[in-house]
Amino acid sequence: MNHPQKKKQNKMRLTLPLEEYMHSGHLACQGCGATLAMRYVLKALGQRTALCIPACCWSVIDGPFPYSSLDVPIFHCAFETAAISAAGLKAGLEMVGDHETQVVAWAGDGGTFDIGIQALSGVAERNDDIIYVCYDNEAYMNTGIQRSSATPFGAWTTTTPVKHYKNRPKKDIDAILAAHRIPYVATANISYPEDLYRKVLKAKNIKGTRFIHIYAPCPSGWKTRPEDTIKLGKLAVQTCIFPLFEVEEGSTWKINIKPREKKPVEEYLMRQGRFRHLTAEAIALIQEEVDRRWARLLKYEETSPL
Amino acid sequence: MRKVLMGNHALSYGAMLSRVQVVAAYPITPQTQVVELLSEMCAEKILDAQFIKVESEHSAMAACLGASLAGARTFTATSAQGLALMHELLHWASGGRLPVVLGNINRAMAPGWSIWTDQNDSLSQRDTGWMQFYCGSNQEVLDSVIQAFKVAEKLHIPAMIILDAFSLSHTYEIVDVPDQEKVDKFLPPFQPKFRLTPDEPHAFGGLTSPEHYFELRYKLQKDMEKAPALIEETGQEFEELFGRKLGLVDPYKCDDAEIILVTSGTTGYTARVAVDHFREKGLKVGNLRIRVLRPFPFEKVQSILSHAKKVAVIDRNISYGHHGIFYQEVKSALYGNSSVPVFGYITGLGGRDITLNTFQKIIEETQRNETPPERISWIGVKK
Ligand SMILES: Cc1ncc(C[n+]2csc(CCOP(=O)(O)OP(=O)(O)O)c2C)c(N)n1
Ligand code: SF4
Ligand SMILES: [Mg+2]
Repeated sequence: MNHPQKKKQNKMRLTLPLEEYMHSGHLACQGCGATLAMRYVLKALGQRTALCIPACCWSVIDGPFPYSSLDVPIFHCAFETAAISAAGLKAGLEMVGDHETQVVAWAGDGGTFDIGIQALSGVAERNDDIIYVCYDNEAYMNTGIQRSSATPFGAWTTTTPVKHYKNRPKKDIDAILAAHRIPYVATANISYPEDLYRKVLKAKNIKGTRFIHIYAPCPSGWKTRPEDTIKLGKLAVQTCIFPLFEVEEGSTWKINIKPREKKPVEEYLMRQGRFRHLTAEAIALIQEEVDRRWARLLKYEETSPL
Repeated sequence: MRKVLMGNHALSYGAMLSRVQVVAAYPITPQTQVVELLSEMCAEKILDAQFIKVESEHSAMAACLGASLAGARTFTATSAQGLALMHELLHWASGGRLPVVLGNINRAMAPGWSIWTDQNDSLSQRDTGWMQFYCGSNQEVLDSVIQAFKVAEKLHIPAMIILDAFSLSHTYEIVDVPDQEKVDKFLPPFQPKFRLTPDEPHAFGGLTSPEHYFELRYKLQKDMEKAPALIEETGQEFEELFGRKLGLVDPYKCDDAEIILVTSGTTGYTARVAVDHFREKGLKVGNLRIRVLRPFPFEKVQSILSHAKKVAVIDRNISYGHHGIFYQEVKSALYGNSSVPVFGYITGLGGRDITLNTFQKIIEETQRNETPPERISWIGVKK
């Protein structure tokens, strides 16, 4: 029998373009969130894109000279210079008559929150016309899992050993960028590819400095199972540890996903080796801080435009 | 057109006439007028360039590298602390084969804070793979910028144009500012062999294994070795069009000289006053001004100095624990080629004046002794 309804069900609905600009042969670990981030971002930006990649896992992932796993050109630049290398590249391209190419600074959390923040702040203050993507795996992974200012409270890294785990909260980079009043700041997450894709597309059509902060699990550094990467991304949003939101012109805050019921942070933390040492008290502290931050974010949205 | 220009403005005019397309710079005394004038030129549209007003010298150089990789002609200027802050990126420039031209005003390094001239800032960057031109006049500053772009872009090696703080940077001289048309004839637009474009996606500067890295550095040195001839050739071509000659070195009355004073930067001109003064008294003195330190002009230095009976190298810099840096360079160039004794003098650090009197002491000490009495002779220091 011909059931028209059934026919409809058989059709696959594509939510992302089929085109791939990233290929196999790259050097990432299994379950690497940073690779998914690149794949989705390039799907949104397309081939007329140029990347500036400072020292980070991605400076290795792409592959050694003379190979590259990407279909777009890459300027491998100094660790602390992602933002300004991109701005310089953009200026240069403009001067040789290329007004079309989207120039993207693509840096890790260390290259963004720490060593690269000066150049990034300069670019943002001038509103230079680049997209800045920070893929955040919450530590210096390239050099073997050292703490960064993006490492969350409680986490183990090789420089915050279990006995002295990190006792300071993660730096609020999104608020810092929003405070520069750039046209667009967004958080995104590899477990929400449609949301990520939409945000990059939106950024693509804005001029000026656009900052996209992508949550990117790292099985090797977090001591998690590669098959948990997507699950962790979901939990990060469901627990409100890494909320998804957008800020326009530094003033209009919009939360994209509000969990009907926040999951307890413990569920997120206990899946990861880097948090396994945490006591019930420490976990309670983390819960409090996450709640506080979430409440503040809700307030930002409520009182928008700020 | 003849204009009265300060050294800093000679740099700006050199950049303007070279039609630089991207400028990124950060202010520091005594360089500020270079970028002030350039930003004015951009604002007035006399110069069709993007001026990126960065938040540091570090970002200035990084921006230049990005722009240069896109295929744009790029320029920056700095001094002392600013140049030191750029250090890592100077390697990125030469290693990336990006022919940026940088003006550096020689200023002493802090601490203590000094805004006055000496050469330790640029000489600390000697081994970064940049060409280094030490200028002696404002005309030379302007001409050197234009010529440096030509050489740098042919070889894909960046170049530093260096001038003394205040004695050039802030000193006004008559400078012939050539016609744009003529400069255009001499210096065609930048046509890099490779540039970053999505039309031909390449990865620049990625992870390079021991299988490839060595060859990249070998090639940089091999191209650097082509620079001396190219600099001379470019100087001659420039002379044909503009009537002014610049080469690797600038000898003055060296042919029959018994004592040759080796200098760099503006001290060369003071040295020449001393040369004339002593020649009047019957002493055959000459002056060799080393204009290009990297690539080192081995042949010129060897052939000119080996005729002398004594060589006195005047350094406004020091490599602590060793000697003056020009002294080391000259000595190593002469080793095995000539047995002429080389006297090493250090003077003028932190902008202490180098005067006729300074050279008198140097010449007298060199004349008095058969070989250097001390490893380092300090002139004008209060011991
Ligand atoms: C100036 C400088 N300091 C230190 C390093 C060493 N280094 C390379 S990558 C890196 C950490 C990168 O961390 P992040 O930006 O978070 O990227 P990830 O490796 O985690 O992807 C460090 C410290 C460097 N390349 N340059
Ligand atoms: S260490 Fe982490 S971020 Fe780096 S490649 Fe492996 S999984 Fe990806
Ligand atoms: Mg990281």
